Amino acid sequence: MKLELRGITKSFGSLVANDHVDLTVEPGEIRALLGENGAGKTTLMNILYGLVQADEGEILLDDKPVTIRSPRDAIAAGIGMVHQHFMLVPVFTVAENVTLGAERVRAFGLLDKRRTRRDVREMSERFGLRIDPDALVEDLPVGVQQRVEIIKALLRDASVLVLDEPTSVLTPGEAEDLFRIMRELRAGGRTIIFISHKLKEVQEIADSITILRRGKVVGERPPSTSDTELAALMVGRSVQLRVDKAPATPGEVVLDVADLSVLGERGETSVRGVSFKVRAGEILGIAGVQGNGQTELCEALMGLRPSTGSVRLSGRDLSSASTRERLRAGIGYIPEDRQEDGLVGEFSVAENLVLDVYDRAPYSSGISLNPDVIRDTARQRVADYDVRTTSITTPVSTLSGGNQQKVIVAREVGRDVKLLLASQPTRGLDVGSIEFVHKQIIAQRDRGAAVIIVSSELDEIYALSDRIAVMYEGRIVGFTAPDIPEQELGLMMAGAEAGNGQPPASALSTDAPSTESSAESPVEEAQT
Amino acid sequence: MTDRPVTTTTEPPREPPARRTSDVLIKAVTTGSPPVTTALAILLALVVGGVLIVATDPVVLRAWGSFGYAPGSAFSATWNSVAAAYSALFEGSIFSPATIGHAFQGGSVAAIFYPLSLTLFEATPLILTGLAVSVAFRAGLFNIGGTGQFIGGAIVAAWLGFGVSLPPVIHPIVCIIGALVGGGAVGWVVGELKARTGAHEVIVTIMLNYVMIYLLYYLLSTPKALQQPHQSNQIAAPVASDAVLPHVGGPPPQASLGFLLALAAAVGVAWLFSRSTTGFEFRTVGANPSAARSAGMKVERVWVLVMVLAGALAGAAAATVILSGGSPPPPLAESTYGTYGFDGITVALLGRSRPLGVVLAGLLFGALNAGGTQMAVATPVPADIVQVLEGLIVLFVAAPPLIRAFFRLRPGADADLDTGGRGWSG
Repeated sequence: MKLELRGITKSFGSLVANDHVDLTVEPGEIRALLGENGAGKTTLMNILYGLVQADEGEILLDDKPVTIRSPRDAIAAGIGMVHQHFMLVPVFTVAENVTLGAERVRAFGLLDKRRTRRDVREMSERFGLRIDPDALVEDLPVGVQQRVEIIKALLRDASVLVLDEPTSVLTPGEAEDLFRIMRELRAGGRTIIFISHKLKEVQEIADSITILRRGKVVGERPPSTSDTELAALMVGRSVQLRVDKAPATPGEVVLDVADLSVLGERGETSVRGVSFKVRAGEILGIAGVQGNGQTELCEALMGLRPSTGSVRLSGRDLSSASTRERLRAGIGYIPEDRQEDGLVGEFSVAENLVLDVYDRAPYSSGISLNPDVIRDTARQRVADYDVRTTSITTPVSTLSGGNQQKVIVAREVGRDVKLLLASQPTRGLDVGSIEFVHKQIIAQRDRGAAVIIVSSELDEIYALSDRIAVMYEGRIVGFTAPDIPEQELGLMMAGAEAGNGQPPASALSTDAPSTESSAESPVEEAQT
Repeated sequence: MTDRPVTTTTEPPREPPARRTSDVLIKAVTTGSPPVTTALAILLALVVGGVLIVATDPVVLRAWGSFGYAPGSAFSATWNSVAAAYSALFEGSIFSPATIGHAFQGGSVAAIFYPLSLTLFEATPLILTGLAVSVAFRAGLFNIGGTGQFIGGAIVAAWLGFGVSLPPVIHPIVCIIGALVGGGAVGWVVGELKARTGAHEVIVTIMLNYVMIYLLYYLLSTPKALQQPHQSNQIAAPVASDAVLPHVGGPPPQASLGFLLALAAAVGVAWLFSRSTTGFEFRTVGANPSAARSAGMKVERVWVLVMVLAGALAGAAAATVILSGGSPPPPLAESTYGTYGFDGITVALLGRSRPLGVVLAGLLFGALNAGGTQMAVATPVPADIVQVLEGLIVLFVAAPPLIRAFFRLRPGADADLDTGGRGWSG
């Protein structure tokens, strides 16, 4: 089906979310909508799906104007949407979820479960979705849950499928799977609108790319367009996709982790005897597919999860220290899940900026807080770190993801840290914010802090690391220099050990470079 | 100490445009801000209550039965019935014009203030148990154990009140401290169980309520414990006269120093939550425990501390009940704990878990309780209607969308019930 949006305009109060947006998508096309957070991509799609009504403009399907006032109208018109947050009932089976809201009924109002199951199976085979209709949704990995959403839309005869930031919750492998499915859907004649702010993905999958900035269409480009050009269109200025950094000058060992083992959520051993050292002025990137123990490693380093083994910071034993003692000892922590662990959404920006220093001078004296100091510091930080907020008393939950992360970064690097531990520091952020966060992290290294970056994004690992450790199934399978080819790193992330004929992982992981001479290259053993 | 970060673009943070007071007021009314919706909820409850009063008044019903002959009398009977009930409610709780006339004719001047005094007396324990619920709630805990904590405080206060002899000023102070300790101990059990075993505070507090109720029964029927000597009833000895809190105005029961204690507690709680590091921890744990943990706060310790504090506040409520309300005050009995613990939940809900709100809600409920008695005496309306009114107010407050729809208000930014934390759902 051909989809055309003409002159769509929508304002929320003084904010113009969509400003005369025109968009034409041909049948059987994958169209990417690229833009920063808040550029109006989601609003536009919500208008298409009937969740929001446009102030002006019209929607045409196969050149006929249609009125869409609710998702029901949109579904009837053949438009399906897969939201960023899935709308599934966890305790229902796949078939039950798919039928929900469009139940197939036999005589006497009985649910025709057999037919739904058969439909799911057929659709699953047709597009290679590999879904078992009888599996419980809560048991399925996120990537499969997303496919359930896709099947839901397909079984409601969607010929235009909108995917809102579908890869933000997926691992690289799951994303590849999704792209394969998208190609199959395109081959089957479906039109797909793919919302994203990730340049690489858009270049890989889209047939053409529409770029939105501040509610306006600022360009339409073929996927062969260079990523610097796309980024510049998105942000409105030229962006450094890879932040410049000078070679590292590692100093003395700051963090010394020996034989650390951690139990996971379900009592399984998720980190198995990991040992590594991080020196002042270097960035250690911990690469790995998500779920290989990185999260648990970070939590154990912060004292948030019990562990065995030893953790020393500048020679001081922190193995059994509390989280507070570790923070006091000079660890800055940027948690993986910023909304859940890094911020208190309903608290103001100012309060979030002192979340882990509120009980220290000058922010408090004795038991009482010093609101003036807290306010002044907050103003200073907001200006220094370019946090875009209407005021320092605004609840932090109303800020965009990039600005929320800036609040955390400002808080954590604002106090002199010896070690900065940043877990997935730019997940879900737009290009401009990624550049900013990366610059801050490198600035910390250059100031002489030891830095650990945990990331499942290879780009980020390459952009920041001075040395890379690869985690697989709770072990560090090897250390390597950041000039290792991407393919080889990918193999290591899948469990292969560094290089050929290297000693087994356990031997490799036990020691980083010798501690006697700081001039020695810290990555020598990984260079093949 | 601050590292200047590297920034490519530096824009000053946008300041919000200045707004006039009138604009703020208009916005508050049209968007239905919490104080406005609360006021409207009270109004709506009075209207619905009025319908109930009319519907249960035989005189009015008879008048409507003969609507065909005398439509005017049906309306006037309706008006009279509702007006009589609500003016009795007002006279019983705030001020009765008749008392001024009496004062001029040589009657008691203090009698003018008697209704108000009664309201303050009724409000005192409600404010304190309301604070006990709201403090826990803002730290993310749902404290249904007001009853048990109240009894914990009452047992200690009563025993210190009659079993120990101390000099006048010292005696009530010791009793109050004892009540704080007694209530706090019951709260501590809850916090400690949750911190150590993860037991849900709702279950623990409900169960502890029963434990404390039966402990009270046992102590009251054991002569060597609390039971009054030579008594077969389950009743404690009255507290010594030097332990009674000083009273103001009117014949008893009347407002005592206990009301000032409740106000002081509210001020203390307000300071704790807005200005102290401990309160900051409480709020953080209440709003997002995992962020609190990541920021180095000891979540379990906060749970224990906050439950001790909540228990102590409920204990203080018990002290005001045990140590005032007559000379001597009615002795501790099986029924003394009444519904103070549960009323605390509604007071906290109505006051949106903010100390000032709790004080105002406590005063409102105190006034309703005080006026309800007068209404039952002066009119055929049963005193139970007061309970219905309280229930309706809470119902309407808990449903701001309903109020907004009724009064055609636009939803504000704070569309949900702002209870100051999360966790009503556990």
